[in-house]
Amino acid sequence: MHHSQAAEHATIATSTGIDNRKMLIWVFLGSECMFFGSLIATYLVYYGQSLPGTPTPGEILDIPTTSVSTFVLLMSSLMMVLAYSSVSRGNVRNFRIWILCTALLGATFLGFQVFEFTEFAREGLTPKTNLFGTTFFTLTGFHGAHVTVGVIWLVSLFGYSFKGDLTKDGGLSVDMAALYWHFVDIVWIVIFTVIYLIGVTNAPALIE
Amino acid sequence: MASIAGVFRRPTHPAGVWGWITTVDHKKIGALYGVTAFFFFMVGGLEALVMRIQLARAGQDVVSPEVFSQLFTMHALTMIFLGVMPLSAAFFNLIVPLMIGARDVAFPRLNAFSYWLFLFGAIVLQSGWLLGGSPNTGWFAYAPLTSNSFSPGNGMEFYIVGLGVLGISSVAAALNFIVTIINMRAPGMTLMRMPVFIWMTLITSFLLITAFPVITVGLIELYFDRTFGMNFFNAAAGGDVVLWQHLFWFFGHPEVYILILPAMGIVSEVLPTFSRKPLFGYEVVVLSGIIIGFMGWAVWSHHMFTVGLGPIANSVFALTTMFIAIPTGVKIFNWIATMWGGSISFKTPLLFSVGFIAMFIIGGLSGVMHSIAPSDAQQQDTYFVVAHIHYVLFGGSLFAIFSGIYYWFPKATGRMLDDRIGQVNFWLTMIGFNLAFFPMHFLGLDGMPRRQYTYSSDMGWDIWNFVSTIGGLILGVAVLVFLFNFFLSLRKGEIAGNDPWDGRTLEWSISSPPPEYNFATIPTVHGRDAFWEEKYGHGGKVPAGVSPEEGHQGGIHMPSPSYLPLIASLGLSIAAYGLIYSFAVSVVGAVIALAAIYGWALEPAAEPAGRES
Repeated sequence: MHHSQAAEHATIATSTGIDNRKMLIWVFLGSECMFFGSLIATYLVYYGQSLPGTPTPGEILDIPTTSVSTFVLLMSSLMMVLAYSSVSRGNVRNFRIWILCTALLGATFLGFQVFEFTEFAREGLTPKTNLFGTTFFTLTGFHGAHVTVGVIWLVSLFGYSFKGDLTKDGGLSVDMAALYWHFVDIVWIVIFTVIYLIGVTNAPALIE
Repeated sequence: MASIAGVFRRPTHPAGVWGWITTVDHKKIGALYGVTAFFFFMVGGLEALVMRIQLARAGQDVVSPEVFSQLFTMHALTMIFLGVMPLSAAFFNLIVPLMIGARDVAFPRLNAFSYWLFLFGAIVLQSGWLLGGSPNTGWFAYAPLTSNSFSPGNGMEFYIVGLGVLGISSVAAALNFIVTIINMRAPGMTLMRMPVFIWMTLITSFLLITAFPVITVGLIELYFDRTFGMNFFNAAAGGDVVLWQHLFWFFGHPEVYILILPAMGIVSEVLPTFSRKPLFGYEVVVLSGIIIGFMGWAVWSHHMFTVGLGPIANSVFALTTMFIAIPTGVKIFNWIATMWGGSISFKTPLLFSVGFIAMFIIGGLSGVMHSIAPSDAQQQDTYFVVAHIHYVLFGGSLFAIFSGIYYWFPKATGRMLDDRIGQVNFWLTMIGFNLAFFPMHFLGLDGMPRRQYTYSSDMGWDIWNFVSTIGGLILGVAVLVFLFNFFLSLRKGEIAGNDPWDGRTLEWSISSPPPEYNFATIPTVHGRDAFWEEKYGHGGKVPAGVSPEEGHQGGIHMPSPSYLPLIASLGLSIAAYGLIYSFAVSVVGAVIALAAIYGWALEPAAEPAGRES
């Protein structure tokens, strides 16, 4: 009795009733907003400032392809919701299926990014080429790094589900990964909108 | 559950050095922060003294121009990132859980991780002295001076990687304290019953988590430019060197408040205690702190008045800068009003706090002078600015930190710091400080530029420079006096007892030093100044605060010590160091860090009770 009590941390009351770890991840994501905000701001400051005659977003970015990878990432968020929903209802078997789907879609997104990067390099845009290349690869590269960390986290949760109990605390461990995953997804929506959709279609107007 | 999980077998109750290395106890971590930071504070002081000796007379040749540039750069970085910030962190660690009635911070292992990462980051930053040259660009490292062509060698890499590692440490610590303060308060301690020091810690922590990502991005961009030949600050490719200034000061100005808000919190605790009055206008002081926190984001370009941002930008930032003087002034009036009519006892902590108010007013006034953009154009890059920053950072932050050390030393160690030596310490500091830095106002107005390794004797700057150097040496003596007091009192100081100052907040309700678990019974708070309320409220009747049946009962189970925070931070630091020399090293470090993080995630925060023996 005493034994199990000591191991259960969720039973310790907090001032707000929110678990410490859940608050931690929220505050951490707030910090991450400033990180991506600064990278996106750098991109926008340098938008249209590359030297003339070097590759532009309109020439390089391929909206149809990236739309597909964006859709893949969005669907991974849906899978994540299903995974968390399963584990919070105590269904570990379904959780394993959905979390693998999430990780797989995340990895697919990363595959798209690798393809995109090599394709752009082939067309003559590298991080050194001009300001567009410098800012584009840095911003999307750090987003990709975040997705990579997320995939590792998801796969780790999948592995852990065979050893430990993920359903305790209402699936809090999964909930934290899910919050992170959705955040990374939302950041991509901003990047896709600002850099790809607006950046390509309204390029002349923005430069004005 | 997973006892196999740890990479190493978990330490149970290690003694001696291992007890410190594996500790997750916030009080021990606070002591580690304090001792390490004070060491680096003295390193920064030595750097300053070498510069002062070089400048004591015209045309001297004590150090070369190249070394002088490294000295002023490293002096600033050392004092800000390795001195004042971690000294504040020492107080956060030691005091916050005690003040809010908690047994530890929310994430004890993350706390240990923050400390070790701070230590390793400090080592990275300082290692340039031994490895071919420290950064020499000034602490704000303006582009394009930082590019490979103007800063060859690894100096800038030590800057980038060192600050990057320290940033992760600061953010991790800040996340911890935000959750601790919001979530771990004793029952009854509502937000508006929190001591002002807790409020200022909370605001500072929010500034940390929002400001550091910005400089991190700036550092990444600089690193990419230097290492991979990218174009962020490369004017030849259309890059804008002013972007670095914006990123740096968008971090750099909130950083100023990160340095001063904890000091304001300390002073707000010391003044009421030694005046035996509640803090005057508590709500307004808290609100002013919050306004300063927000406004800290809206003034960064006042560091850039001479860049040429145009009259509109300069006017806006001049006005916001003037505005931020209002909440600061409000606080000063409240502190003075707190003392007004109180029964004041001028012990050393109060002396330093009153010294803080006086010196901070001088620094604040020269700050308002800087906010007038045309006037600032004259003061830019002169010693007038050096005088200003030292009046707010030394006269402000460090006076308050000394006040806090004298105030809480008895709680942390169980013994009092000697008050007579403390008075000597204070007056030496006060005299040395003003001798060292007040003449810089005159030098600055007379046009003496900053960051020059020497000057010609026909400029007429000799006498004030000499006075300033004398002041610097007196400050050095003051620090030695403090050290003497510290070590003497540690062994032979008067036994403090639980409540030597007739304190107002919860930390004084428990023994000195506090037991590992802080509170045998979590107290229930019935008002602001919780312990004072308990002692003297309710017409002096039986303390209502700590009736055992109100608190959480049951066996006290503290978090277990762990190696893993140390290993994780070591791995991360190795990975970071690899960024300077070889990416292969980075991979090794990353693998170590990852293994430690897995072990960390899998080991329970506290071993189940039965397994400890």
